[in-house]
Order: sequence, then C-alpha cells, then structure tokens
Amino acid sequence: MYPNMKNLEKNIWSTLEQVKDPEIPAISVVDLGMITKVDIDGSKNVKVTMTPTFAACPAIEVLQQSIKKQIQDNIQKLGVNSVTVDVTYDTQWDSNRITPKGKQILKKFGLAPPPIHHGDIDSEILQNVPCPYCDSTNTVMKSTFGSTLCRSIHYCNSCNQGFEQFKPVA
Amino acid sequence: MEHIKELLYKMADDALIIGHRNSEWTGLGPTLEEDISFSSMAQDKVGHALNLYQILNEQHGEADPDALGFKREEKNFKSCHLVEYPIHGITKTEDGGLASTSGGYDFSLIRQFLFDHAEYARYMALTESTYRPLANFAKKVKGEIKYHIIHADTWIQQLGNGSEESHARMQNALNEVMPLALGIFEEGDFEGQLISDNTFIGEKALKEKWLEDITPIIERSNLKMPNIGSLEPALGGRKGYHTEHLKFLLDEMTEVMALDPRAEW
Repeated sequence: MYPNMKNLEKNIWSTLEQVKDPEIPAISVVDLGMITKVDIDGSKNVKVTMTPTFAACPAIEVLQQSIKKQIQDNIQKLGVNSVTVDVTYDTQWDSNRITPKGKQILKKFGLAPPPIHHGDIDSEILQNVPCPYCDSTNTVMKSTFGSTLCRSIHYCNSCNQGFEQFKPVA
Repeated sequence: MEHIKELLYKMADDALIIGHRNSEWTGLGPTLEEDISFSSMAQDKVGHALNLYQILNEQHGEADPDALGFKREEKNFKSCHLVEYPIHGITKTEDGGLASTSGGYDFSLIRQFLFDHAEYARYMALTESTYRPLANFAKKVKGEIKYHIIHADTWIQQLGNGSEESHARMQNALNEVMPLALGIFEEGDFEGQLISDNTFIGEKALKEKWLEDITPIIERSNLKMPNIGSLEPALGGRKGYHTEHLKFLLDEMTEVMALDPRAEW
C-alpha cells in the first residue's frame, strides 16, 4: 500500500471512532471491536466491514447508517470517493475484541467490562465480577440477562449497589 | 441446494416460533429477572430467525425475511411441535380439552432447557459445516445460546433440588415435555444429502450429542430421566403437519400486518 493510502486508512479508522453505540453512547464502534476491515481501492472507494455484537442487536441498521454518514460527512476532508458499509459474520464478534481502551470506557460508564475468556463461557466466569464502582469482588450474579442483550445483572455486597456487566461472549 | 433450504427453514421456523412463545412471558414472569430472561431469550431467537431467513433470501432466492416470517401459510412452516405449545403447557382437562396449569413456568423452563441444549449442539456442529454462510453464523451464535443454556441449567438444578413441590413440578414437566422434545430430531426428506456433503451431522447424531449433554444436568437436578426408548416422539412438524396451536399463534403474530400490509414503523 502506498504511504498516502496507509494514512488514509488511518484517518478513516479515527473517523469511525466518532461513531458511538446508541445503547452505550460513551464507546465507539471501533473500541467495541465491531469494525473488522477497512478496504480502499485504487479509486479511493471505501468499504467498511462490520460485524454485529449480538445477532439480534436492534441497533445494527442504525449503526450501519451512522458509519456510512460519518464517512460521507467527511468525504472531502478525507479525500475519498464513495463509501459502502457491509455487515457480515465472516469475522465473528466476541467480547475479546473490545479494546483495552474500550474496557476503561465501559467501566467509567458504570458497566463492569468483560474479562478475557479462553473460547468458552461457563457460570464460573460470571461470579465475583469486580464491581465497577468500588472494585470489590465480593459480588454475586443475579441474572445472566439484563436491560439489553449484552448485559448481565450483579450485586455488590461491599458497596451495596446493583450493577451491570457487559457480558463476556465467546 | 434443496437440502440446505430444508435445514435453514426448520431452524428459522423453530427460532421464530419459540421466540414468539418466550416473548409471551414479558410482563408475566414469576420474578422480574425471569421476566427479563425470557424476554431477552425471545429477542435472541427472533433475531436468529431473521438472520436465517436472510440467508434464505440472499443465497437461495427465497422471499424477503418479513414475507417468510409473516406471510407464509401454516402448512409451509417446518417448526417442530415442541415450540408451538402455549407457555402454560399441555395439561388436559377432564373433558379432554386443554387447560392452563398454574402459571406454566415449569413447562416453559423445561422446554427452554430441552430446546436450547439441542440448539446449542446443533450450532456447535454447524461451526464445522461445509456451507460457509451457516458455519460463520453458527460461530457467532453459539456464544449467545451458551447463555440460554446457563440460564436453563441454573434454574433446573435449583428447582430440581429445591422443595418437594418444585421438584415434583420439574419432574412432571420433564415427563410431559420429553416426547415433544424428541420431535426436534424428526428427519426431513434431504437428511442423507445434508450428511453426505458435510453440511450437517444429521438429526440422529445430534440427538445422541443432546442426550449426552442433558443427562448429567438432569442427574445433578435430582430428576429421573424418562425412558427415551419407550416414548413416542411428536412427529409431523418438519413435514408441515402441526399442532392446533400454531394456527392461533400465526394469526396473532401476523395480526398487524394482516390489517395493513404496508404499515411501517
């Protein structure tokens, strides 16, 4: 790839960082690990490939549109010709794709970030999740399902607060 | 490609119908967490159905997902009988009619346990499928269904080892639901081809895997495994012969679209 193309790709990735998850508006689609590929052809047509966090996520279409719009709004600044956004399962999302920065953002937002998993989830990994408010591990899992598909419900016995976790998903 | 279509249709129809049934717990769950759990699992299932109908539409030239979900006749559905029953189960009244048991959470929970273990084993097997669109989707979805299994296993063990009443209700429900669950594994017309080109391991192998997975959980729940060999599986769904419940479900599910087919929201 020519150096200026490499730069263009970098600029596109930082533009994509402006697109936030509608359910957790603090975190970007990039930090969530939803963007799997950015392709640029010789005529500077851009193809962004994204993969859903959950197959039934109601925000998929909205995100696809916002990603497209974000690039289009910056089309001149970026110097690109056109943009398409594909949604595929060719690369599958799992919670290990969330960036370390993304996990910090989740915690600050009040959601316990998912721990790194090793290919499978069992009920063990859902116990004693560190509380995002006081870091205590004296916590219990209350429900594997929460207010959105990506969250589980927990309770902290140290600071006596309920909290949610962004679920680890393999 | 008829054999792949057959597989996609039965999986999609099962997911849509069980999704609709589980959504009937929204607002009625025995605890708030269970209300949320059944509603979330319902959302997952309907989403899985959508994705499978999308594959049928994009790769096999079938109608668009809305039409496949909402505009097909009952006889064209390939769902198994297990998913069609109302959430309160199948208790018969003295005069032979159907009646609601008290709440029916026991029926719904055992159904969720038996169905989702089969789904999990099915998707795990499909991660190795030679049919790429389904293999990729399976790799994604197995992680989601794992949570459905954790939910079912946790509650079955809790209630199976709980009070005399909770134990009895779990055992009754297990006895009642098992013949229906065996209907999941009814073979279609193209079973041989699915196996020979490595699209899928086939229903017989799936059933074996399923039994291997559920047996230790049933034991840990202090429940007695019904004698599988002596039960008559509820067959017919995969061939388009359904319970009397599916028609009512479809009428209700498609009510808005029937009133105004072009409505958008």
